[in-house]
Parts: sequence; structure tokens; C-alpha cells
Amino acid sequence: MALIEIRDLTKIFGPRPQEALALVRQGLSKEEVMAQTGHAVGLLNVSLSIEAGEVFVIMGLSGSGKSTLVRCLNRLIEPTAGQVLLEGRDILALDERGLRELRQKRMAMVFQRFGLLPHRTVLENVAYGLEVQGVPKAVREEKARKWLETVGLTGWERSYPSQLSGGMQQRVGIARALCNDPDILLMDEPFSALDPLIRREMQSELLELQTRLNKTIIFITHDLDEALRLGDRIAILKDGQVVQVGTSEEILTHPADDYVADFTRDVNRSRVLTARSVMQKPRVAVVGRDGPRGALKLMQEQGLSSVFVVDREHRLVGLLQAEVAIGAAQQGETSLNDLITRDVPTTKPDTLLEALIPIAASHRWPIAVLDEERRLLGIIPRVAVLAGLAGRTEAEAPRQAG
Amino acid sequence: MFPQSFKLPLADWVDKGVAWLVEVGGPFFDWLGRMLLKPLVGLENFLLWLPWWALLLAVAAVAWRTAGWKLALGSAIGLAFIGTLGLWTHAMRTLTLVIAGTALAVIVAIPTGIAMSRSDRLERAIRPLLDLMQTLPSFVYLVPILMLFGMGKVPAVLATFIYAVPPAIRLTNLGIRQVPADVIEAAKAFGTTSGQMLLKVQLPLAMPTIMAGINQTVMMALSMVVIASMIGAAGLGTEVLNGIARIETGRSFAGGISIVILAIIIDRVTQGLSKSQPQTSG
Repeated sequence: MALIEIRDLTKIFGPRPQEALALVRQGLSKEEVMAQTGHAVGLLNVSLSIEAGEVFVIMGLSGSGKSTLVRCLNRLIEPTAGQVLLEGRDILALDERGLRELRQKRMAMVFQRFGLLPHRTVLENVAYGLEVQGVPKAVREEKARKWLETVGLTGWERSYPSQLSGGMQQRVGIARALCNDPDILLMDEPFSALDPLIRREMQSELLELQTRLNKTIIFITHDLDEALRLGDRIAILKDGQVVQVGTSEEILTHPADDYVADFTRDVNRSRVLTARSVMQKPRVAVVGRDGPRGALKLMQEQGLSSVFVVDREHRLVGLLQAEVAIGAAQQGETSLNDLITRDVPTTKPDTLLEALIPIAASHRWPIAVLDEERRLLGIIPRVAVLAGLAGRTEAEAPRQAG
Repeated sequence: MFPQSFKLPLADWVDKGVAWLVEVGGPFFDWLGRMLLKPLVGLENFLLWLPWWALLLAVAAVAWRTAGWKLALGSAIGLAFIGTLGLWTHAMRTLTLVIAGTALAVIVAIPTGIAMSRSDRLERAIRPLLDLMQTLPSFVYLVPILMLFGMGKVPAVLATFIYAVPPAIRLTNLGIRQVPADVIEAAKAFGTTSGQMLLKVQLPLAMPTIMAGINQTVMMALSMVVIASMIGAAGLGTEVLNGIARIETGRSFAGGISIVILAIIIDRVTQGLSKSQPQTSG
């Protein structure tokens, strides 16, 4: 079972949300609800499941409800309807004490505008979460020091937040969240207020930190590049509704609708797409089964000048060129063994397109995609690398008109 | 002319109300007066017992800590100057009145301001009351206070309190409401209770504003000194009043300038106190 199950979560802003909710349930659109009651529908029937240990990105433009959604998880905003199940227990049913415990022990939050206490030193800020739990000063400050060291801020303990740069302030924010030792981190656009260079650096550090800590991270962003870079899975939110949930590649290769497709148009695909998503299913010649003539026939049918050769276990042997095959066929050669070019470029299925560009540029042959047993999974013609960059892949679903 | 037949007998009502209060509440106000008088007399006796140089040094030391050596030196010279005018005893009586009035104001203002900051409804209810306290001529409430407490220090302190308390209440409320929402939200997200929110987040961040309010309160308390002397609170105000009554310009000037000197010292020291709070801008 998923760590967090969000079921039909709805949030309506206004003085009498239940009335507006009834209208929504009758099937009125958000605009109609707004016109009739003056209530804004912030979230509408959002259902997501988030697995332990994954980085789950919720992305959307401003006004899409992403910040509202993350605040419903620790009830900084009270949802109007729906459920948020943490290990099967409904967070929305918690009393004040239970909610406080949830915020203190299970979920910690990192904010876009940092939300540091300006009258406290960096060390006191990091120790704050433990302080409100009543942890003795010596213990909490020792932990705070440890986390400050982890985020690279040793030596700044006695400074005040205003003396730090934005990036450093957010490191304090992250250390403060980690100091509570929560298993879930809620990150609300934590890097949006930082300049691009610092942002990339912080993303890398977060990824590096995550490999060690293995927290469940719910990460809000409006930046698709950031989402693709960090997210194990991504949910795209539009007007308070989930449009699509999937891995980076699924989102890029199978956009659920034009909205998502528009989003993904300007993305640097080479950093996201992998060999697997651009590779094609090859027709192959098999050593010991096919001779030069059979291989030639294959090439003719496909209109190719070469064909990949595998053994009976489908392991890659090499590549047979048309000229070589013709010569061999004329001399009556029947085995492929001595004709094969063995120096073919290979790669793994999860290699990024980015890394394939130089390989494609320096070889004449298509790139062979092999699994761990050197079995041939697919081939990537040089032109497919470029096509993938341009956003046209074999796997891409046909675009709907309109 | 406004038609006579529409006359509202407001004056009669107030007269009757005050008379009723004096009659029914007499014992209570007597008791309250005695309770308030004890600490007042204690404070005054202490200030009068204190050697002049001890007070001078103490004030200079506080001024040094909060605002630097210039203010320390200035305060010492100012206090010594009051002494050389022969007004030391009067100044101590005035100081008693100001300290007591301010203390009472702060004790009432901070909880009231906190309560106001937490409830928009309460804020709407208290605001006009504060406007009334600040704009109603103090003579209007001096008489009923005299009727309830008689002449002396206690009614003087209460009149001072009524006049001086509004800025401290207003600025406590304002200071807490001005704490940035994102800081409050972050504190909430870490499981802060509402009591912890007040003590660890709201009050510390509102402190500079609250101190500015207290500074205003002290200043207003000082400006009530002359009026207070009219209802039996002896001090520098008495000097000013007697000087006017006997057309002794010099005497009232000496009293007046002493009040000004006290005001400047207290103002600068309390301002220094609010600035020495560890406060940084977001």
C-alpha cells in the first residue's frame, strides 16, 4: 500500500464551502460555482498515491492549486472534502494533538519564502522544531549542528537569517525540516525564489541528500525542468485537477492532453529521454540460422545497408554490412561468423539521450541497446537521436487534432 | 436654533450614573484606592530614600547600555541640573507617578493588545474606546475619578493611566498583527502550539513595535503631570501650577524645564531599549 493516499480531495474557498460543494457535486463547472456562489474551487477530486521513499513532484502553473494541495497534507489548509490517508489512517480525522504530533514527527515543510524566524539565530531556527517538542537545549542544539554541517553551513550557527544569502537561508530551511527527523518532507517551491545557478546546485544537493536519507519527498514546483530532474513521478495539476501522473519519460513521451504537451514542448529532452524511449525494434540476423543470403534479404526488405546479428540467445554479436554480405554470398559463404563487424557502438537502455549524442556523432552505425546479459533490446539509428531531441519519437502517441 | 423640545438629557444621565456608582461602589473603590496606594507610597519612599548620586549613576548606567555614553553623560548632567534647581524631591514624586502610571498601563495594555490581535471583533469593539480615551478632555473624567477616590496619588495615577494606555494597546495589537504570515505558517507547520506561537514567535517579533508603544505611553504619562498635580499628586507639576497661580514665571519655568529634562531622558532610554532588541529585517 502507498504511504500516502489522497482520495477525492476537494478544497473550496469561501464562507460556506459546503453549499458550493453540493453544486460541484451536481456537476457545475468551477466558473458556474464562482458566478453563483462566489466560492473558488481550489482543488477538485484530487486522488494520488505516493509511495514511501519516492520524490513525488506536483507541478502546475500558479493558480493550479499545487500549494493548496501540499498544505492539505499537513492541514495548514483544511480540505472541504475527501481523505488523506497516511499509512491507512485519515489525517483529516486527527484531533489537535494528533495533528501537532503529525507535524512534529512525521511531516516537515520547506517553504518558498523560507519562513525562518528572523529574531533567532541559524542554530535556534534549525533547533526550533525540537524546541517546541520540549527536547532539552543541549540535545536539540547538538542535532541542529549536525544538520547544519550536512547542508554545509558550519560556522554560521550564530548568524541571523537576514545575514545569509537566499540559497543559504533555504539550506537553513532544509536543515530545520530534517532536524525533526520526519519521514516525509513537504517542499513548497523551495528553490523558486533562488537564482538559476543556485537553484541547479540546490537541486543536485537535494538529490544527493535523498540518496542517503531516502525520505518521501513531496515537491511542488512550477518549473517542468525541475520536475523532470527531481521527480521519480510527477503529477501535473491544472485548475485544481490532476491532468496526468507519471514518470518523466511517460509525461514527455505520452502527454495526456494538449495542456501537458504544451508544457513539455520547450523541455530539454536530452536530459530526460533515455535510450529506451527512442530505440526501435530491430530485425536481426541470427548466427547459425541465417546465412549471408538470408541477411541480404532482410536488408532488402527493410531498405537497410546493414543488419545487426545476434546469437540464438539474442545476444549481440555484431553488425553485417551489405557490401560484405554481397561479396560473401557471391563466393558461396554460408556462415556469418567471419563477416561480422564487431566494433559497434552499444549503450544501456536507461542512458540519457544527452550521452548518446557524441556516440551517434562518432560512429557510422546505429547504436545497439543492450541489457545486462548483452541481449539486444533495440537499436537507435543515428537519425532517431536527433528526432528524439526534436520531440518526435517512435513511441509518441498520435496527436489528437485540435 | 435647534428645537428645544428635542433636548437629550445626557448630562442628567451621566450625573445620575456617577452618583449611583459612588453610592453603590463606594466601599469597593475605597478598598481599591487603599490597595493601589500601598505600592505607590512604597515606590515614592524608595525613590526619596535613594541617595541622589545612586539614582543618577543607575540612570546613567542604563542609558550607557541602551544608547551609549553620550546619553549616559547627558542624563547625568540633566538629573544633576534638576537637583541644583532644588527640585529633586519634586522630581522623585513625579517619577513615581510616571512609573506607576506606565506600569499599570503596560500590565493592562499587553494582554488587551494580545487579545485584540487575535479577534477582529474585539478589535472593532475596543478601537472606539481607545479613541475616546485619547480625545476626551481629561478634565471630564477627573471629576468622577475624584468623586470615587478622593484627592491624592491614586486618582492621579488612574487619570494618567486612562490618558496614557491607548498607544501601548494599539501598538501591541499592531505589532502582533504585523508578524509576517509566512513566519506564522512555518511555525505552525512545525507543530507549534498557540501558546508557543505567542511566546516564541509573535511577541518577540512584535517587541520593537510594543516598545515604541510603551515609549509613547511614558511620554503621555509625563504630559499628565501638571493635571495630576491639580488633584493632589505633588511633584514638578505642583511647581508649575503654583508658579502660574502666584504669577512666578521663574518658578513655573524651573518646574517645566525639569519635566522636559525627565521626558527627554526617559524617551531616549526607552527608545534605546526597543532598538537594542535583537531584531533583523526579513
